[in-house]
Amino acid sequence: MVHWSAEEKQLISSVWGKVNVEECGAEALARLLIVYPWTQRFFDNFGNLSSPTAIIGNPKVRAHGKKVLTSFGDAIKNLENLKATYSKLSELHCDKLHVDPENFRLLGDILIIVLAAHFGKDFTPSCQATWQKLVGVVAHALAHKYH
Amino acid sequence: MVLSSADKNNVKIIFSKIGGHAEDYGGEALERMFVTYPQTKTYFPHFDLGKGSAQVKAHGKKVAAALVEAANNIDDIAGALSKLSDLHAQKLRVDPVNFKLLGQCFLVVVASHNPAALTPEVHASLDKFLCAVGTVLTAKYR
Repeated sequence: MVHWSAEEKQLISSVWGKVNVEECGAEALARLLIVYPWTQRFFDNFGNLSSPTAIIGNPKVRAHGKKVLTSFGDAIKNLENLKATYSKLSELHCDKLHVDPENFRLLGDILIIVLAAHFGKDFTPSCQATWQKLVGVVAHALAHKYH
Repeated sequence: MVLSSADKNNVKIIFSKIGGHAEDYGGEALERMFVTYPQTKTYFPHFDLGKGSAQVKAHGKKVAAALVEAANNIDDIAGALSKLSDLHAQKLRVDPVNFKLLGQCFLVVVASHNPAALTPEVHASLDKFLCAVGTVLTAKYR
Protein backbone atom coordinates (compact mmCIF):
# COMPACT_ATOMS: atom_id res chain seq x y z
CA MET A 1 0.00 0.00 0.00
CA VAL A 2 1.40 3.37 -0.98
CA HIS A 3 1.59 5.98 1.72
CA TRP A 4 0.74 9.60 0.91
CA SER A 5 1.82 12.32 3.30
CA ALA A 6 -0.43 15.27 3.97
CA GLU A 7 1.95 17.46 1.99
CA GLU A 8 1.82 15.11 -0.99
CA LYS A 9 -1.97 15.03 -0.95
CA GLN A 10 -2.00 18.82 -0.83
CA LEU A 11 0.42 19.09 -3.75
CA ILE A 12 -1.70 16.69 -5.77
CA SER A 13 -5.03 18.36 -5.13
CA SER A 14 -3.77 21.91 -5.51
CA VAL A 15 -2.31 21.13 -8.95
CA TRP A 16 -5.29 19.02 -10.04
CA GLY A 17 -7.70 21.75 -9.01
CA LYS A 18 -6.16 24.04 -11.61
CA VAL A 19 -5.87 21.53 -14.45
CA ASN A 20 -8.13 21.82 -17.48
CA VAL A 21 -8.65 18.10 -17.93
CA GLU A 22 -9.74 18.32 -21.55
CA GLU A 23 -6.84 20.53 -22.70
CA CYS A 24 -4.22 18.85 -20.61
CA GLY A 25 -5.36 15.35 -21.56
CA ALA A 26 -5.42 16.20 -25.26
CA GLU A 27 -1.96 17.77 -25.05
CA ALA A 28 -0.45 14.87 -23.12
CA LEU A 29 -1.77 12.23 -25.49
CA ALA A 30 -0.75 14.24 -28.57
CA ARG A 31 2.77 14.68 -27.20
CA LEU A 32 2.98 10.95 -26.40
CA LEU A 33 2.15 10.12 -30.02
CA ILE A 34 4.61 12.74 -31.31
CA VAL A 35 7.55 12.20 -28.95
CA TYR A 36 7.26 8.40 -28.92
CA PRO A 37 5.77 7.67 -32.32
CA TRP A 38 5.73 3.93 -31.80
CA THR A 39 2.85 4.50 -29.38
CA GLN A 40 0.71 5.24 -32.43
CA ARG A 41 0.48 1.47 -32.88
CA PHE A 42 -2.54 1.41 -30.59
CA PHE A 43 -4.47 3.97 -32.56
CA ASP A 44 -4.80 2.66 -36.13
CA ASN A 45 -8.43 3.68 -36.17
CA PHE A 46 -7.78 7.29 -35.18
CA GLY A 47 -7.37 8.51 -38.74
CA ASN A 48 -4.68 11.02 -39.64
CA LEU A 49 -1.62 10.79 -37.39
CA SER A 50 0.83 11.57 -40.18
CA SER A 51 2.40 14.71 -38.68
CA PRO A 52 2.56 16.61 -35.39
CA THR A 53 0.04 19.11 -36.78
CA ALA A 54 -2.32 16.29 -37.79
CA ILE A 55 -1.97 14.64 -34.38
CA ILE A 56 -2.59 17.85 -32.44
CA GLY A 57 -5.66 18.67 -34.54
CA ASN A 58 -7.05 15.14 -34.55
CA PRO A 59 -10.43 15.13 -32.76
CA LYS A 60 -10.11 11.47 -31.75
CA VAL A 61 -6.79 12.23 -30.08
CA ARG A 62 -8.37 15.11 -28.17
CA ALA A 63 -11.35 13.03 -27.10
CA HIS A 64 -9.24 10.10 -26.01
CA GLY A 65 -6.80 12.34 -24.19
CA LYS A 66 -9.68 13.81 -22.24
CA LYS A 67 -10.97 10.32 -21.44
CA VAL A 68 -7.59 9.17 -20.17
CA LEU A 69 -7.01 12.20 -17.97
CA THR A 70 -10.57 12.07 -16.62
CA SER A 71 -9.80 8.56 -15.48
CA PHE A 72 -6.67 9.92 -13.83
CA GLY A 73 -9.00 12.09 -11.78
CA ASP A 74 -10.59 8.91 -10.42
CA ALA A 75 -7.17 7.80 -9.26
CA ILE A 76 -6.70 11.07 -7.42
CA LYS A 77 -10.05 10.60 -5.65
CA ASN A 78 -9.02 7.08 -4.61
CA LEU A 79 -5.38 7.40 -3.65
CA GLU A 80 -5.74 4.91 -0.80
CA ASN A 81 -7.30 2.29 -3.02
CA LEU A 82 -5.72 2.55 -6.45
CA LYS A 83 -5.33 -1.13 -7.29
CA ALA A 84 -9.03 -1.77 -6.67
CA THR A 85 -10.05 1.40 -8.49
CA TYR A 86 -8.09 0.40 -11.60
CA SER A 87 -8.68 -3.34 -11.44
CA LYS A 88 -11.11 -3.51 -14.35
CA LEU A 89 -9.15 -0.97 -16.41
CA SER A 90 -6.03 -3.03 -15.86
CA GLU A 91 -7.73 -6.17 -17.15
CA LEU A 92 -9.02 -4.22 -20.12
CA HIS A 93 -5.57 -2.89 -21.03
CA CYS A 94 -4.12 -6.38 -20.78
CA ASP A 95 -6.78 -8.63 -22.27
CA LYS A 96 -8.47 -6.41 -24.81
CA LEU A 97 -6.14 -3.52 -25.61
CA HIS A 98 -2.82 -5.43 -25.26
CA VAL A 99 -0.91 -2.36 -24.13
CA ASP A 100 2.66 -2.83 -22.85
CA PRO A 101 2.68 -1.22 -19.37
CA GLU A 102 5.83 0.67 -20.35
CA ASN A 103 3.46 2.96 -22.24
CA PHE A 104 1.81 4.03 -18.97
CA ARG A 105 5.22 5.12 -17.75
CA LEU A 106 5.87 7.08 -20.94
CA LEU A 107 2.50 8.85 -20.71
CA GLY A 108 3.16 9.66 -17.07
CA ASP A 109 6.48 11.33 -17.92
CA ILE A 110 4.83 13.30 -20.71
CA LEU A 111 2.06 14.45 -18.35
CA ILE A 112 4.69 15.79 -15.94
CA ILE A 113 6.23 17.86 -18.73
CA VAL A 114 2.84 19.22 -19.76
CA LEU A 115 2.17 20.21 -16.15
CA ALA A 116 5.61 21.84 -15.91
CA ALA A 117 4.94 23.86 -19.06
CA HIS A 118 1.57 24.91 -17.70
CA PHE A 119 2.55 25.77 -14.12
CA GLY A 120 6.10 27.06 -14.67
CA LYS A 121 7.87 27.98 -11.44
CA ASP A 122 4.87 26.79 -9.40
CA PHE A 123 5.74 23.27 -10.48
CA THR A 124 8.41 23.08 -7.77
CA PRO A 125 10.79 20.16 -7.30
CA SER A 126 8.55 18.81 -4.49
CA CYS A 127 5.57 19.13 -6.77
CA GLN A 128 7.37 17.24 -9.51
CA ALA A 129 8.51 14.56 -7.08
CA THR A 130 4.97 14.04 -5.78
CA TRP A 131 3.48 13.90 -9.25
CA GLN A 132 6.17 11.54 -10.54
CA LYS A 133 5.33 9.30 -7.59
CA LEU A 134 1.63 9.56 -8.50
CA VAL A 135 2.08 8.71 -12.18
CA GLY A 136 4.34 5.84 -11.19
CA VAL A 137 1.75 4.46 -8.80
CA VAL A 138 -1.02 4.85 -11.38
CA ALA A 139 1.09 3.04 -13.97
CA HIS A 140 1.74 0.28 -11.46
CA ALA A 141 -1.96 -0.06 -10.64
CA LEU A 142 -2.84 -0.23 -14.33
CA ALA A 143 -0.29 -3.00 -14.82
CA HIS A 144 -1.32 -4.89 -11.70
CA LYS A 145 -3.83 -7.26 -13.28
CA TYR A 146 -1.59 -8.20 -16.21
CA HIS A 147 -0.95 -11.85 -16.72
CA MET B 1 17.78 6.23 -33.11
CA VAL B 2 19.07 8.91 -35.45
CA LEU B 3 18.81 12.68 -35.18
CA SER B 4 17.28 14.09 -38.36
CA SER B 5 18.35 17.48 -39.65
CA ALA B 6 15.05 18.84 -38.30
CA ASP B 7 15.91 17.40 -34.88
CA LYS B 8 19.38 18.96 -34.97
CA ASN B 9 17.89 22.29 -35.95
CA ASN B 10 15.30 22.13 -33.15
CA VAL B 11 18.02 21.35 -30.62
CA LYS B 12 20.18 24.25 -31.78
CA ILE B 13 17.22 26.61 -31.61
CA ILE B 14 16.11 25.58 -28.13
CA PHE B 15 19.65 25.83 -26.78
CA SER B 16 20.07 29.29 -28.26
CA LYS B 17 16.77 30.28 -26.57
CA ILE B 18 18.07 28.85 -23.29
CA GLY B 19 21.25 30.83 -23.84
CA GLY B 20 23.15 31.81 -20.70
CA HIS B 21 20.53 30.17 -18.46
CA ALA B 22 21.91 26.74 -19.34
CA GLU B 23 24.13 26.72 -16.24
CA ASP B 24 21.17 27.40 -13.95
CA TYR B 25 19.08 24.82 -15.78
CA GLY B 26 21.78 22.23 -15.10
CA GLY B 27 21.69 22.93 -11.39
CA GLU B 28 17.91 22.94 -11.27
CA ALA B 29 17.72 19.67 -13.19
CA LEU B 30 20.07 18.04 -10.69
CA GLU B 31 18.11 19.43 -7.75
CA ARG B 32 14.87 18.07 -9.22
CA MET B 33 16.49 14.72 -9.91
CA PHE B 34 17.71 14.34 -6.32
CA VAL B 35 14.26 15.18 -4.95
CA THR B 36 12.25 13.15 -7.45
CA TYR B 37 14.56 10.12 -7.71
CA PRO B 38 16.34 9.91 -4.34
CA GLN B 39 18.32 6.85 -5.44
CA THR B 40 20.36 9.18 -7.68
CA LYS B 41 21.82 10.75 -4.56
CA THR B 42 23.87 7.59 -4.04
CA TYR B 43 26.32 8.87 -6.64
CA PHE B 44 27.03 11.99 -4.60
CA PRO B 45 27.81 10.90 -1.03
CA HIS B 46 30.59 13.48 -1.02
CA PHE B 47 28.24 16.37 -1.85
CA ASP B 48 26.11 18.62 0.26
CA LEU B 49 22.76 17.96 -1.42
CA GLY B 50 20.74 20.43 0.62
CA LYS B 51 18.68 23.13 -1.05
CA GLY B 52 20.84 25.83 -2.63
CA SER B 53 23.97 23.72 -2.42
CA ALA B 54 26.93 25.42 -4.08
CA GLN B 55 28.32 22.01 -5.02
CA VAL B 56 25.11 21.07 -6.84
CA LYS B 57 25.08 24.42 -8.63
CA ALA B 58 28.69 23.97 -9.70
CA HIS B 59 28.04 20.45 -10.86
CA GLY B 60 24.95 21.61 -12.72
CA LYS B 61 27.14 24.07 -14.63
CA LYS B 62 29.41 21.21 -15.70
CA VAL B 63 26.48 19.10 -16.83
CA ALA B 64 24.97 22.00 -18.76
CA ALA B 65 28.30 22.83 -20.39
CA ALA B 66 28.53 19.26 -21.65
CA LEU B 67 25.01 19.43 -23.08
CA VAL B 68 25.80 22.74 -24.79
CA GLU B 69 29.02 21.25 -26.18
CA ALA B 70 27.07 18.28 -27.52
CA ALA B 71 24.45 20.59 -29.05
CA ASN B 72 27.19 22.69 -30.69
CA ASN B 73 28.76 19.54 -32.13
CA ILE B 74 25.58 17.72 -32.83
CA ASP B 75 26.93 16.00 -35.93
CA ASP B 76 29.51 14.23 -33.80
CA ILE B 77 28.27 13.95 -30.22
CA ALA B 78 30.47 10.88 -29.64
CA GLY B 79 33.55 12.85 -30.65
CA ALA B 80 32.61 15.91 -28.62
CA LEU B 81 31.93 13.89 -25.45
CA SER B 82 34.61 11.23 -25.93
CA LYS B 83 36.57 12.17 -22.81
CA LEU B 84 33.39 12.35 -20.74
CA SER B 85 32.41 8.98 -22.10
CA ASP B 86 35.76 7.54 -20.93
CA LEU B 87 35.28 9.14 -17.51
CA HIS B 88 31.83 7.64 -17.06
CA ALA B 89 32.97 4.20 -18.18
CA GLN B 90 36.16 4.01 -16.18
CA LYS B 91 35.60 6.08 -13.11
CA LEU B 92 32.02 7.23 -12.54
CA ARG B 93 30.13 4.16 -13.79
CA VAL B 94 26.72 5.74 -13.30
CA ASP B 95 24.11 3.09 -14.09
CA PRO B 96 22.67 3.81 -17.55
CA VAL B 97 19.11 4.06 -16.23
CA ASN B 98 19.97 7.33 -14.50
CA PHE B 99 20.63 9.27 -17.68
CA LYS B 100 16.93 8.95 -18.54
CA LEU B 101 16.04 10.30 -15.10
CA LEU B 102 18.26 13.35 -15.49
CA GLY B 103 16.97 13.79 -19.04
CA GLN B 104 13.38 13.84 -17.76
CA CYS B 105 14.30 16.48 -15.17
CA PHE B 106 16.10 18.60 -17.76
CA LEU B 107 13.00 18.49 -19.96
CA VAL B 108 10.88 19.55 -16.98
CA VAL B 109 13.19 22.51 -16.34
CA VAL B 110 13.08 23.59 -19.99
CA ALA B 111 9.29 23.18 -20.04
CA SER B 112 8.75 25.19 -16.88
CA HIS B 113 10.95 28.08 -18.04
CA ASN B 114 10.15 28.05 -21.78
CA PRO B 115 6.70 26.56 -22.27
CA ALA B 116 6.12 28.31 -25.59
CA ALA B 117 9.45 27.19 -27.03
CA LEU B 118 8.94 23.54 -26.09
CA THR B 119 6.48 22.70 -28.84
CA PRO B 120 5.70 19.00 -29.31
CA GLU B 121 8.21 18.82 -32.20
CA VAL B 122 10.97 20.49 -30.20
CA HIS B 123 10.09 18.28 -27.20
CA ALA B 124 10.54 15.21 -29.38
CA SER B 125 13.88 16.43 -30.77
CA LEU B 126 15.23 17.41 -27.36
CA ASP B 127 14.17 14.08 -25.88
CA LYS B 128 15.99 12.27 -28.70
CA PHE B 129 19.06 14.46 -28.21
CA LEU B 130 19.18 13.74 -24.47
CA CYS B 131 18.84 10.00 -25.22
CA ALA B 132 21.70 10.28 -27.69
CA VAL B 133 23.90 11.99 -25.08
CA GLY B 134 23.09 9.25 -22.56
CA THR B 135 23.92 6.60 -25.13
CA VAL B 136 27.29 8.22 -25.88
CA LEU B 137 28.16 8.52 -22.19
CA THR B 138 27.46 4.82 -21.58
CA ALA B 139 28.83 3.56 -24.91
CA LYS B 140 32.16 2.38 -23.51
CA TYR B 141 30.74 0.69 -20.39
CA ARG B 142 31.37 -2.80 -21.74
